[in-house]
Formats: sequence, C-alpha cells, structure tokens
Amino acid sequence: MSAGRADWPLWEVFVRARRGVSHVHVGTVHAPDAELALQNARDLFTRRSEGVSLWVVRSSDITASDPDDRGEMFEPAEDKTFRHPTDFELPDEVANM
Amino acid sequence: MDTAPETDARREHFDALIDADDRIEPRDWMPDEYRKTLVRQIAQHAHSEIIGMQPEGNWLTRAPSLRRKAILTAKVQDEAGHGLYLYGAAETLGIPREELLERLHNGRQKYSSIFNYPTLTWADVGAIGWLVDGAAIMNQVPLCRCSYGPYARAMIRICKEESFHQRQGFQIMLTLAEGTDEQRAMAQDALDRWWWPSIMMFGPPDAESVHGDQNMRWGIKRFGNDELRQKFIDATVPQADLLGLTIPDPDLHYDDAAGHYVHGEIDWDHFWEVVKGDGPCNRERMSTRVGAHETGTWVREAATAYADKHAARAAEAAA
Amino acid sequence: MDPLLIYTLRQGDRALVLAQRLLEAVTHAPEIEEDMALSNLALDLIGQARALYSYAGEVEGDGHDEDHFAYWRDQHEFLNPLLVEQPNGDFAQIVVRQFLHDAWAAPYWNVMQHSGDETLRALAGKAAKETAYHLRHSRSWVVRLGDGTDESHARAQTAVDGLWRYTGELSEIDDVEHALAADGVIPAAADTLHDTWRNSVGDTLTEATLDMPDDGIMHTGGRTGRHTESFSYLVGEMQVVARAHPGAVW
Repeated sequence: MSAGRADWPLWEVFVRARRGVSHVHVGTVHAPDAELALQNARDLFTRRSEGVSLWVVRSSDITASDPDDRGEMFEPAEDKTFRHPTDFELPDEVANM
Repeated sequence: MDTAPETDARREHFDALIDADDRIEPRDWMPDEYRKTLVRQIAQHAHSEIIGMQPEGNWLTRAPSLRRKAILTAKVQDEAGHGLYLYGAAETLGIPREELLERLHNGRQKYSSIFNYPTLTWADVGAIGWLVDGAAIMNQVPLCRCSYGPYARAMIRICKEESFHQRQGFQIMLTLAEGTDEQRAMAQDALDRWWWPSIMMFGPPDAESVHGDQNMRWGIKRFGNDELRQKFIDATVPQADLLGLTIPDPDLHYDDAAGHYVHGEIDWDHFWEVVKGDGPCNRERMSTRVGAHETGTWVREAATAYADKHAARAAEAAA
Repeated sequence: MDPLLIYTLRQGDRALVLAQRLLEAVTHAPEIEEDMALSNLALDLIGQARALYSYAGEVEGDGHDEDHFAYWRDQHEFLNPLLVEQPNGDFAQIVVRQFLHDAWAAPYWNVMQHSGDETLRALAGKAAKETAYHLRHSRSWVVRLGDGTDESHARAQTAVDGLWRYTGELSEIDDVEHALAADGVIPAAADTLHDTWRNSVGDTLTEATLDMPDDGIMHTGGRTGRHTESFSYLVGEMQVVARAHPGAVW
C-alpha cells in the first residue's frame, strides 16, 4: 500500500459537562478517524473533568445556515413573542407557572 | 460576487457589530485585512504555544521532585492544548492547520521571541512560569474580549488554565529563594537572564508600532505595548522583592510622582536580532519542530491509509 | 527486604521509568495531538509511581518519601521490568512498547482491585481506569501502524520483533509474588494474567496484520535490579539535579 495523505481531517467536538445539560460545541481536533478523534478530543477538552460525554463530528458533515440568510431564517421568530412565557400576564397566584 | 452596494451593506453591518462590541463569527463577512490580521495573530500565538513547549520540555526528565515533574508535565501538556485551541480558531478563518504549520516552518509566520532563549537550569523553569507566563497573561486577558468569537472563546479557555502556570513558576522561585545558597544563586541567575527578554515580550514602543490603531478598533488589540509593559513591571517588582531577589536593572526605581516603576533602557537592537533569527536557540527550536513534523510524516500517512482502507471496506460491506 | 516492599517498588519503578521514556518524546511526537496523548500517559504514570512510592515508604517504615525512592536509589536498586526502560527509537517503537506494557498492566490493575491489601486495592481502582484508556490508545496506534502503509507496517513489525524478548519478564513470578499470593495481596486471578496478555496481544497483532514472534530467549533481570545499558543514562539524567543539591527542598 503506497503512502497516503499526511493531513488529517477536522472534527467538531461537543461536550456534555454533566447530566442534565446538553452537549455544547467546544472546538475542533484533527484526527484520521472517529476513534482517534474521540481520544484526541477527550485529551484536549476534558483534562479538567469538564465532561461526561463527548461527540465528535466530521466538520464536513456539518450543515450550517448561511449567515446571509439570517434575516429569513431567524427574524420571523422575533415578532412571535407569544412563544415566550414572559409574554403572558397571569394573576400572582399562578405566577410560577 | 458581491456588487459594490452589497459590499457596503456588509461592511456597515460588520462595523456596527464592532462598534457594539459584539462578536464576529466564522462565515460572517469581514474585511480582508481583518481576516488576514487575525490569521496571522492567532497563528503566531498558536506557534508560540507549541514552540514554548520546548524550553520547559527540556527539564521534564530532570525535574528534581516527582511533584514538580508532574506539575511541569501538566503545564507542557496545557501548552500543547493551547496551541491546538488556537490553531482551531485560526482554521475557522479558512486556512488549514497544515498550511499554518508550513508558514511557521518556512519562517513566513513567527512565534514569540522569548522562546529563543535557553533554559540552562531548573530555576529557569520557575523564571519562565513567573515572568514569561506573567507577561503572557497580561497580553492575553484583554484578548478574551477580542471581536472575533472563536479567538475570544479560545482565549477565555486559555486564561482559565494559565493562572496555574504563573503560580507554579512563582512557587518554584520562592522555594529556591528560601532554600540553600546554591538554590538561591540559581534563582538569581535565572532572573538575571530572563528579566529583559520578558519585558521585551510586550513588543517595541507604541511609537514604533505599525498597525496599532486599526487593530485597536477591531478589538484585536486592546492596550498599547508600553501600557502593558508598565503594568507588568509594576506588578512584578514587588514580587521580586518578596523573593528577595534583585532585578538586573540598576536604573529601576519607583517614581512617586508618576506612581510607577521607571525602568532602564531596553536594548531593542538585541530584540530585533533575536526576532530576525539570531537569538541563542532559534535554530534549535525550529529544527526540533520541523524535525518532529517531518519525522512524523510516515505516521500521519499510515493513519490516513488505515482510515481510507477501513472506509473502503465498510462501504463494500454495506453494498 | 519485605516482599510487599519489593513488590510495591517493582510497580512504582515500572510506572516511573515508563513515564520517563515518554517524557523524552514530548515535543517530538508526529502530531501535536500525540504530544498531548504522550504527556497524558506520562502524567498518569507519574501519579501511579508517586502513590506506590508513598506506600512503599510506609511499608518500609524508615521515613522515606516518594522522592527518596525516585532520586536517591542507585541503578541496581530499581526493580522495573526491562521492557519499560527500552529507549524510544521511532514512533513505532514507542507505541509498541506502550501497547505490550498496557496489555499486561490493564488486566493487572483490574485483578488488583480485589487485592487483600487495602492501599493497593484503592490505588488499583484509579490505575485500572487510567490504564484502560492507555491501552485503548496504544492499541489504536499498533493497529493503524500495522495496517497502515508498507513503511509503517515494516517499522511496527521491527518494533514487535525487537521488543518481544522483554515481554517474558512481565509475567515472571518469584518468591516475592508467591509470598504475596499466599497473603492474599495478589489475588488468585493473577494466575491468568499471562494468558490474558497473550490473547489480547495476539488479537491486536492479528488485527494489525503483524506477526507474533516465536518466544525464543527472554531477557530478564530488571525485577532484581540488573538493567540494560541505556538505563544508567536514564537514571543519571532523572536524578542529576536532585543529587547536585543534597538535602534541598524543591
């Protein structure tokens, strides 16, 4: 088998800090495959007990919204404030609903 | 390709974000100059972390107690990690790490000159933690509010980890200063050699700095070189006093009127010599770095070949 | 010497000497991620050594601390197996040495989680988790180098062939182990360690498309203080600063 490429692809890393919270994006690692990506991510991002669960995803597998489409993607939500609980005035007795 | 009005609109949006002290994120439109400046600054910062592993790495095998050995290993490991966070941030601007390393290896991009000095004794490890990391922290804390999101976030992570670095360095110096006569002499000798290079870390006087204003506006640089240097000296002189060690600057004195320590003249000719490649360890640092990378080519190729083979086999099996 | 003392030092020395070799490789790894991995391995091993040496000091009862054992014993007093003191060489040498060690150490610490000795049991709890991770890493690399390119395969095979002669010592048993087995410090399950090691190594070498060498003559002596030529350089380097300042605190 002849020599392959020497550069490794990029992987996005997500860490769940503890039970009860979601995985959060923390950065990237380079690795030739998923198993080493997981190990590299563990060494880089969880040295200080920062996590209980790791996801690694090839950067090329991420589909991202285009910043230019910000207007159509996200602004229509801004005027539908009835989706937010603070938009409903309720009597004090049920204020913690 | 954008039309002129479209570019103007993007530029306005970019400027508005900057003026609001908001964050620019990857894939946002940004002026070429902004992108180029950031790539260079972030990459050079990353290179500094990686090269910076070498002077201290030099003492891992000889650390004189197991606790010190463990602490130094953790510190050097952190530096590798910081380099990786920063390469990651630079890559969000569209340049692969391989290309950034190429620019380091061929001299197109630089790293902090402080790492071109040799670590001659165990006390140097203490001096580096105390002075070099101390100076680095001063440069780095403002960058946590840099306008570019990935860089700011990397810096926040780095700053959290960095404070242990300075503390362990100072603790080494304190232990030496309070130790045997030989240990004390070792500490003084290290301070004698690392003081001037450390205050040069803040760069040449502002009057000579080329890009200052634009970088300030873009939140890439928040304070001037002289201001940071002064802050560092004011913080560090009392620390040296606490250690009972003498800073090798006969002109150093406190100016009551100014409320600052005034320092002697810095040898900027020497600074530029080292930056240009004639420092004591420039060759060694680069040859270790380039050597590791080139020697490692067969390893990286093997890993890729394995991944390709297995992807092919998996595809066949699924077919 | 008390068998428990000898035994504890054997494990402590094994960890420290291996850590020392790994530290030599930091800043020379083939990728920065690997510098991180090697320093992570070293850090865990230093931690194990410190815990083991501290315990050795208690067992000995002469007031010696962890640094006494690391810095103030002479070459012939170190009791690590010869495998871990073998010099670094290329990256294949480093990962194969690590793998051959981890494939023994991981099940070893698992077994020791049932030791009759409370301190070793507690220590084993932590070391077992660390070593499981080390094994995962070193194994991953052996497979990738063995089943990578022609060049990596050749280098990996050379490493396996060269280091094989030091693997016999890992499973050696002498009066020390017999005494501790009788005491329940070493659980009976330790008898299976050699087979576990051999099967695990066999499976990995097969997956890596590497040949397992015939056993041949096994080189030993480390466990009783008789080392290889490069060892005195390792010890000299490790101890030089501490020894230049007797009585100093660091």
